[in-house]
Amino acid sequence: MADTGEGKKEEADYKRLHSFPLIRHTDMPEEMRVEAMELCVTACEKYATNNESAAKMIKEMMDKKFGSSWHVVIGEGFGFEITHEVKNLLYMFFGGSLAVCVWKCS
Amino acid sequence: ETPTAGLSPSLQPVQDEDVSTEAGEGVDEWAAAKTLVKPPDQLDLTEAELKEEITRILTANNPHAPQNIVRYSFKVTYKPINYVDQMAVHLSLNGNMIPKDSDEGRRQSIRLSTAAGEEEAEGSGTAEAAEIAEAEEPPPSGVKEQKLANQFNFIERASRTLNNPMQWEIYDAYVEELQKMERSKEKEKSKAQVPKREEKKKGRKLTSLESQSDDITKISKAAKIMERMVNQNTFDDIAQDFKYFEDASDEYRDHEGTLLPLWKFQYDKTKRLAVTAISWNPKYKDLFAVGYGSYDFLKQGQGMLLLYTMKNPSFPEYVFSSESGIMCLDFHNNHPYLVAVGFYDGNVAIYNLKKATSQPSYKSSAKSGKHTEPVWQVKWQKDDMDNNLNFFSVSSDGRIVSWTLVKNELVHTDVIKLSVEGTTMQGPEGLQLQTLGCGTSFDFHKKIDNLFLVGTEEGKIYKCSKCYSSQFLDVFEAHHMAVDSVSWNPYHLKVFISCSSDWTVKIWDHTIKTPMFIYDLNSAVGDVAWSPYSSTVFAAVTTDGKAHVFDLSINKYEALCTQLVVAKKKNKITHIQFNPVYPVVIIGDERGHVTSLKLSPNLRRMPKEKKGQEVKKGPEVEIAKLDKLLNLVRDPESKAGK
Repeated sequence: MADTGEGKKEEADYKRLHSFPLIRHTDMPEEMRVEAMELCVTACEKYATNNESAAKMIKEMMDKKFGSSWHVVIGEGFGFEITHEVKNLLYMFFGGSLAVCVWKCS
Repeated sequence: ETPTAGLSPSLQPVQDEDVSTEAGEGVDEWAAAKTLVKPPDQLDLTEAELKEEITRILTANNPHAPQNIVRYSFKVTYKPINYVDQMAVHLSLNGNMIPKDSDEGRRQSIRLSTAAGEEEAEGSGTAEAAEIAEAEEPPPSGVKEQKLANQFNFIERASRTLNNPMQWEIYDAYVEELQKMERSKEKEKSKAQVPKREEKKKGRKLTSLESQSDDITKISKAAKIMERMVNQNTFDDIAQDFKYFEDASDEYRDHEGTLLPLWKFQYDKTKRLAVTAISWNPKYKDLFAVGYGSYDFLKQGQGMLLLYTMKNPSFPEYVFSSESGIMCLDFHNNHPYLVAVGFYDGNVAIYNLKKATSQPSYKSSAKSGKHTEPVWQVKWQKDDMDNNLNFFSVSSDGRIVSWTLVKNELVHTDVIKLSVEGTTMQGPEGLQLQTLGCGTSFDFHKKIDNLFLVGTEEGKIYKCSKCYSSQFLDVFEAHHMAVDSVSWNPYHLKVFISCSSDWTVKIWDHTIKTPMFIYDLNSAVGDVAWSPYSSTVFAAVTTDGKAHVFDLSINKYEALCTQLVVAKKKNKITHIQFNPVYPVVIIGDERGHVTSLKLSPNLRRMPKEKKGQEVKKGPEVEIAKLDKLLNLVRDPESKAGK
């Protein structure tokens, strides 16, 4: 029993410790990066169970704020090779299991 | 001239050559050159015949079909069959489409729906499933029609990655980030303490690991390999000599040998320091430690501890510097990364080569009972009863101290004090040393743990035991000046050697008070060392820059080799050590250089093999060899004693 208790505690610890957004790669300017990151966090928290909606929300908001043709990928497992406009790419992790890739390519 | 098939048009006469000529007319320009090849069986027709029109009518009849088939019958012997199949099959191709309404089509749709609906049906066999399907015809409309998978994004379960590697990546990224954060926190904490530390670090060189930035440490291994390769290329001839060169001229001189200089090790920062100690690493046979300091009372300064490998003669592997000169060092036998060091200021310390710090891992202090005079020798001992590491040190303050590493602290115990007994002691230095003798060197017996010898500045050698702290087992009136080194023979348990500044090297049997052999080398002898491969070979170095190698079994009166190793003027040799496996000695001098020399075959000659007779090897043989020699000296003496 102690084991499972510990396991749970560890898991909780893991969830708690790994909940912050972690930017893996970006070439955005500071201001844009902060805004995009916050937007991603908001969307992922709002649609915690539906990545598609979250992605849609991020895409639409980014289109509104920074001009059109943004693309968003959210998922727990994906790979990608993309063409993007310079200074318009953000790849981050969030919540310990989600990866979010946002880029502009029109 | 029959038409090929009933389908052929009959408007034109069907003639092979006709077709070709007509075709030729239209495009005669380019086809003119072509000569038509006539088949041999072609009819020759006149112009009129060719022009003749032959009318054919297209019918649906098969010209090949038989026209008058009769069949035998019992009623009318032969019955003509009027209806003949006129169909000719030119190509048949089976399709795999099944009409929905057909029997098979229905069966298939039911099979699909049942397979999706109930998996257990699968086990009972497809035949049964088909039967069931037929039985409940028409198919029940209640069964949901299975939705066909979209071929573009449908992924089979089998081809999916179950444990998604991206999750690991994300996890790793988070862990790394957390560690980074922790580290930066620690750094902030330690920043407050940095000023204090910096003061301590003054005058100390950072080790290579510390001084390099992260980027360089990444390629440090590659750089090291590169450095060694370059060195190997630069010193290729020396490496070849080290491995293969055997002085051929040795064959023609029976009792002489030579030392072939190999690599020379020097380091910029040790130019003004003297080599005060050298020692081979017990595990890595190419690695040795060199201690730097000064023997000159007036020129004391900082000290250095360098570790060189023969693989890289141009730069030391490890560099440690210290505030006080190093006087002696010793590798731990079981933990070859631990080096015990004695300093001129009386401290002892342990350096851990595994740790990338420039400081010793453990060091004694004035509080923890350090010596009050230079420490002349340190030696690791077997771990004590509690498995604590411990070593001994001897100093000219007359104390022999055992240092034990207890919980990261060096704890000292005075083992013995070299007290002066009555008038037999005549301290040459007068008042100060009246009560205590000055230990300059010691060596522990190879087998009897308790037994050890101490050489002193007064020239006496004490035989002591760890058990008796107030009494000596024996005193040898060995030399007239300071005993620079004492050393037990590695094979023979009774024999030890001593050397002194009074120009002599003496070989002793510890049960006899007078020396067995005495050699006068015409100059102060700095160090003496037994060879690891023979009981009768030893080497000594003198301050006039010469190295002397003896093999008692070959010549017990003179050295086999006396060779000038360093320039006589301004430079003295201080120490010598045999490599435990290779026929190489290293010699340190007062200028901070270390020279490695190869012993020529004559200096390491083993008993010659005779045909049909096995050459005995091993410690017994070595003991016997030395015993034989000693008996020559011992006999008359013991006789005289009787």
